[in-house]
Amino acid sequence: MSTAALTENPAKRQRYVAVLLDVMSRPSGAIGLSLVVFHVCLAIISPVIAPYDFKLQDASLMLSQPSNAHWLGADHLGRDIFSRTMLGGREALLVTGIATPLAVLWGGFVGILFGLTGGRLDEVLMRIVDAFLSLPWILKMLVLIVTFGTGLEVLIPTLAFFYGIPVIRIARAATHDVIARDFVWAAKARGHSRISIIWRELLPNVLDTLMVEGAMRWSWMLLAFSSLSFLGFGVSPPTPDWGLMISDARGYMSFAPWGVIGPVVALSSLIIGINLTADALAKALGIDRAQKAPV
Amino acid sequence: MSAPAFINIQNLSVGYTSQSGEIIRVLRDVSLSINRGESIGLVGESGSGKSTLALAALGFFKRGLRALEGDVEFDGIDMLALERDDLQAIRGGRLALIPQNSGQSLTPTLRIGQQVAEALRLHSQLDESDFEARVVELLTQVRLPEPATLVSRFPHELSGGQQQRVAVAMALAGEPDALLLDEPTTGLDVTTQAHILELLRDLASERNMAMLYVSHDLGAISRVCDRVVVMYAGEIALKGTTKQVLLAPRHPYAHGLLASIPRLTQTSLPLALDGRPPMPGETITGCAFADRCALADERCQSTPPALKQLESGEEVRCFHPDRIDQLPVVNKAAANKTVTQKGEVSADHGGDALGLNQLAISYAKPSLWNQLFSSGSTPPATVDNINISIRTGETLGLVGESGSGKSTILKAIAGLISPKTGHLVLNGEARLTPKVEDRPALHLRQIQMIFQNPDDSLNPRHTIAQILAQPLRLYFSLTGEELRQRSIELLERVRLGSHYLDRLPSQLSGGEKQRVAVARAFAAEPAIVLCDEVTSALDVSVQAAVLDLLNELKTQQGTTYIFVSHDLAVVKAISNRVAVLYQGRLCEIGPADAVYSGPFHPYTDVLLGAVLEPDPDFVPKLSADDVVELSPPETGCPFQRRCPRKLGKICETDTPPARLFDNGHQINCHIPETDL
Repeated sequence: MSTAALTENPAKRQRYVAVLLDVMSRPSGAIGLSLVVFHVCLAIISPVIAPYDFKLQDASLMLSQPSNAHWLGADHLGRDIFSRTMLGGREALLVTGIATPLAVLWGGFVGILFGLTGGRLDEVLMRIVDAFLSLPWILKMLVLIVTFGTGLEVLIPTLAFFYGIPVIRIARAATHDVIARDFVWAAKARGHSRISIIWRELLPNVLDTLMVEGAMRWSWMLLAFSSLSFLGFGVSPPTPDWGLMISDARGYMSFAPWGVIGPVVALSSLIIGINLTADALAKALGIDRAQKAPV
Repeated sequence: MSAPAFINIQNLSVGYTSQSGEIIRVLRDVSLSINRGESIGLVGESGSGKSTLALAALGFFKRGLRALEGDVEFDGIDMLALERDDLQAIRGGRLALIPQNSGQSLTPTLRIGQQVAEALRLHSQLDESDFEARVVELLTQVRLPEPATLVSRFPHELSGGQQQRVAVAMALAGEPDALLLDEPTTGLDVTTQAHILELLRDLASERNMAMLYVSHDLGAISRVCDRVVVMYAGEIALKGTTKQVLLAPRHPYAHGLLASIPRLTQTSLPLALDGRPPMPGETITGCAFADRCALADERCQSTPPALKQLESGEEVRCFHPDRIDQLPVVNKAAANKTVTQKGEVSADHGGDALGLNQLAISYAKPSLWNQLFSSGSTPPATVDNINISIRTGETLGLVGESGSGKSTILKAIAGLISPKTGHLVLNGEARLTPKVEDRPALHLRQIQMIFQNPDDSLNPRHTIAQILAQPLRLYFSLTGEELRQRSIELLERVRLGSHYLDRLPSQLSGGEKQRVAVARAFAAEPAIVLCDEVTSALDVSVQAAVLDLLNELKTQQGTTYIFVSHDLAVVKAISNRVAVLYQGRLCEIGPADAVYSGPFHPYTDVLLGAVLEPDPDFVPKLSADDVVELSPPETGCPFQRRCPRKLGKICETDTPPARLFDNGHQINCHIPETDL
């Protein structure tokens, strides 16, 4: 009933359209969003438009310099780096594209639950979360990956699990902010059920924060995924992947430095794009707290 | 004109460039001059540009704003041309600002002495070794008690009024020649406000300072200022001496503003000023006030009036300053209504809508230590021994300073807090379950609450239709077309139209939002409506409209109101009966006229004495210190520590007896009836 009201309502729809337009009207949002859209489109169509087969090895091209035929040169196995860069984001986007919503969902759910519980229990649970967060992430992740293997079926839940934990904190804080406000008291005084208060009063107000948080988590997760690949725990060769490519090219940096340029530019442009979008989104939704003091 | 004024603002326009590249003017062609030893009041509704103007005198503009044209001079210095470092030397030094809530802007981890010394370090030539003596001197100057011990206190150990005094002391550290005050007393209790104003008044005359006092409170302005400037939509509407502006305003807006202020001397509701001011950037073809003005004619709609000087000396931006006396002064319709309403209630008595029996509420939880070892005494309850019966169809006003427990009582009635002891009786029969979760649907529907700040009580993510649908679905299971029709009906009843249904609260003005909150409460067809400071977040003109609306709804439906406010004049305007609370204990209750005309409880007397009327000849009488007490005394009268008429030991040991008068007026005091 209320979900129907949510989608049917013109003002609601207008709000999301307005937010999108607002994001695009900001320089950071326009640049960020186009970078993200570009990378997503590229990931979808790259198998069709890539000039060379990513597996094709040509011994005569090993570590060759950029040329007209091979714009970014070739790697240590004589494979075309340009084609591999175009394809190198597919795995990363697929994994993080599934893991990010999962992380926000479970982290958000648990965070809201903690926020509503309140009291001593909430304090104790949050200290456990803090303790967990204080461990270096790579260590925690490697333990799981080493135990269960490196397939997508392990990587996605692992990333989703670890990146959901900081979301708990955010969701809990947002919940605390909202439940102290008078409209929640008003609903309580009217005698609405707990579920109805959570669904109608709380969720719509926490959702914005979670959306921005999700975008931020996405960029972190991409970086984590690439790092895992770099360390050899992510994508297995010969599948092209930016992290793996950087790792491969690293050994030849002194005499074939062009090998890292493609994947580095690709990875950083995507991450910068996501961050800029998240930034603009936060401003458009009005939850940007980094307002500068008037000095 | 002879020498230029001390602070001289000439033809200043301030604005910003919007996202679409338009230049939006927030201030338009404003000129203002202040001489030494003179204090000027700046009034207007929120959004009228008064704070922007005050900050511009410092050469400061909020983010995005900039000066488009005009000059700002301070003692011959061009403030707009100065470099940042030079500006900083003047700001806080010769030209000091006391912002709103400056008490709360004290650093919580620094001792009072250190904070004031910091101001000295920045803005005085004194030697470090002389700081200590000077700090004490400054604190004495702002009349803080025991300044020598106060220096080692932290801000949270001080009351709001004391914090505000520290802020004034810090402003005085640089020996300023001019003070800019931005709503310096808003948010303080009446008695505290009155004391701070007296202090500012004395300081200004002792030190021959120029003062610019920004406030929406005409009562405060009348006490402190020599001249008043009324701002409307970024322009100066009227400029004149305090007497001229407050007693015989020559601009329709100023006239309406004054008429909308509830006064103690008036028994009826104040006159509402309809409509809303234009938003910055809205195209105005004629006079900015034309749409809300009863005197407006074709010329007002098409030609913008210029600011011109009248023979009597005021400057007015109006074509018809001579026709002001044609405007209505009192709310005649509402006056009649209140009179009849009061008659009805006393005539039929109609039974009790709600009874509060021996109600006591406590927030304090005993500490873990005390729980374990049951040592130490339990602190006195926040609210105690409240016995009030509210008659059907009447409006009971609850007044008191902050911390008097008035909102706490409302929350207990709404079931949001469980009382420690005592109980609530609905309609003279049914006992109300303390917790809202356990109440039957009928009881839930019958009691509705309206909150102080509509920004906080309306879910910002819901449209008005969704907001109104909540009670309608919950209590009446309305859906579809029926729901829509009923929502429109409700909106019309609060004088809003069906086109509001699809809007979000952020697209409404403050007054409109509060009307939606009223409509939501009345959607339940309640018997009792709890109003918690419902007008204190609104502009005066809007406040009058909301009060009028509440009164009208009550007349139509016979609703019972419990109206909580710290504003004695507002409570007087709307209530049939008034209860005065101090520290969660009842001091006095009775018919509104009796409570306000005496005999008085000493506390009521103190409160009424501190109320400021927008009348330059009015002098408040300050009979008690503005000390804020954190907890009520364990025995005796709650007011014993501040009471100017304390009898002696008996006030500390014995709970004061109820002195009854024949018109239902009850005063809890040890002083005998005849002396009250």
